[in-house]
Amino acid sequence: MKSLEELDIRGDLVYTQTHEWTRRTGDTAQVGVDDYAQSALGDIVYVELPSVGATVNAGAAFGSLESTKAVSDLYSSVTGKVVAVNETLSDSPELVNTSPYEDGWVIEVEMANPKELDALMKSDDYLSFVKTLAPIE
Amino acid sequence: MAGHPGVRGLVIKEGLLWERSRKGRIGVSLPEQDVPRAELADELVGEKPALPELSEVDVIRHYTRLSTWNFGVDTGTYPLGSCTMKYNPKINEHLAGLPGFANLHPMTPESHAQGALKLMYELERDLLEITKLHAVSLQPAAGAQGELTGMLMIHAYHAHKGRQRGKVIMPSTAHGTNPASAALCGYAPVPVRISPDGIITPEAIREVMDEDTAGIMITNPNTLGIFESNIAEITKIIHEKGGLVYGDGANLNALMGYADIEKMGIDVLHVNVHKTLSTPHGGGGPGAGPVVVRDILEPFLPIPRIVKEGDRYKLVSDAPLSIGRLHSFYGNFATLARALAYTRTLGKRLKDVTELAVLNANYVKARLKGVYNLPFPQPSMHECVFNDAIQHKGGVTTLDIAKRLIDLGYHPPTVYFPLVVDGALMIEPTESESKADLDGFVEAMIAIAEEAVTDPGAVKDAPRNTRVSRPDEVRAARHLILRGEIPG
Repeated sequence: MKSLEELDIRGDLVYTQTHEWTRRTGDTAQVGVDDYAQSALGDIVYVELPSVGATVNAGAAFGSLESTKAVSDLYSSVTGKVVAVNETLSDSPELVNTSPYEDGWVIEVEMANPKELDALMKSDDYLSFVKTLAPIE
Repeated sequence: MAGHPGVRGLVIKEGLLWERSRKGRIGVSLPEQDVPRAELADELVGEKPALPELSEVDVIRHYTRLSTWNFGVDTGTYPLGSCTMKYNPKINEHLAGLPGFANLHPMTPESHAQGALKLMYELERDLLEITKLHAVSLQPAAGAQGELTGMLMIHAYHAHKGRQRGKVIMPSTAHGTNPASAALCGYAPVPVRISPDGIITPEAIREVMDEDTAGIMITNPNTLGIFESNIAEITKIIHEKGGLVYGDGANLNALMGYADIEKMGIDVLHVNVHKTLSTPHGGGGPGAGPVVVRDILEPFLPIPRIVKEGDRYKLVSDAPLSIGRLHSFYGNFATLARALAYTRTLGKRLKDVTELAVLNANYVKARLKGVYNLPFPQPSMHECVFNDAIQHKGGVTTLDIAKRLIDLGYHPPTVYFPLVVDGALMIEPTESESKADLDGFVEAMIAIAEEAVTDPGAVKDAPRNTRVSRPDEVRAARHLILRGEIPG
């Protein structure tokens, strides 16, 4: 697992306490898992994706990530309809590890209520939050 | 015996059964046909399945060779935390295998199966005495089905009250199957984080408990092996808002004979008979996960129920509020027979099982403290959780430590669970291990910690003494091959 100094937390994204990042483009939000989560989970071997057209709710699980250590739920940061899923993750789940913010994105959601984004953490707040989680040692 | 038990030995290769197949080879002699041959209707005829053609000795050697690659609780120390790999006493097998039980046909009328019904009735009484609860069903076929049974009953209870609820509280130290059982009943799991002391606080529960919450699923002691000392207050908060408490009885082996489940405020509890009462670990085979309930949930128990009238036993299905039947006939009877063999062999000495399980875990914990990092130093019960924080600095991880233990002749503990501990090594020795065997395990763990400093490469390359060394688990998981290739 990466140390806090090694973590790549991007300033142009917003974050959840469950370690998903969100990138807004108009009324659409792209959602993926951040560097903290991919590093904590280790090698991702399978990504369970929702179908295009499915409804997702902020704070609710929409899929899961399987690593050699554990299976973890993926939580949506926003409410809305899934308009795209990253199909390449079916054959190349490792993209979540190697490129969590670009090629490893998971879903795109047409937001029902873009105001929900205001409740998410900016990168500074997220880093402070992650510090409180310092791995239990 | 000096040194670690793991050594090298002759290991015999064995391929797939299809590789032994030879055309025309056969392992059975069928009797001569004595009725006229009838042709099958065309729609019933399909392509022949590709089955291997083998003699009896081919099959016996194949499976015997595979069995020599195995490591079981009959081979050595198997300290798999949370899974509880305790020894299965052979008297259980003998008693469950008595012809009167083993050959009993499930369609036998009650009047001719009184012994079997009595056996189950007596086991029910033992479970009630152990838990101090009110009524019981032995039907669920495994711990996970017992959980589902409990949650279905909670669901039925709220439905009967006329107002269904939508959520269930799930502490982060819950067993992994808990959220799934709740979700199968249509409840959304509400996660609750534990305190720095490793337990749930009443404050955290008060914050999330409301009148749309059906209840809580709580494992006590939790998956860190720590007793939830706030349990009475927590269950009171749940009950005050009309919720019910599901007790995951997976860790009952830490409480048996000492704790009063009813006083904890638990409404329904499942019992993993493999963990507490020494039946074989189901592993997908026949298991049993009886559920024990407080009086308010009795009407919802699965049917049929076993009832004693005078000195006769019968099965009763007249229960309009019951959640129904969960298993054909009455669960996995032979597993229940083994459980009763255990409770009756030990009687009041079942308390010694609890004592020894807790003592053994604490002995290992005390001896390995400082050698391995102990994230939660609080008093623990039947299992203890270390992690790799000390070894990690030199590049040796929990996975490496687990693999190296195999070389030294021990089954690794549970790794990377519970999830609340980064790089967890979860050790549960059970009551089965003697002090000498525990010392052997501890010395192997100490040797690995030393090696992690002096020769980390050796730890990272392990296991080397096994037939297959370290597989590429990531590649194997990413590129699954789910079907054997049948040679030409």
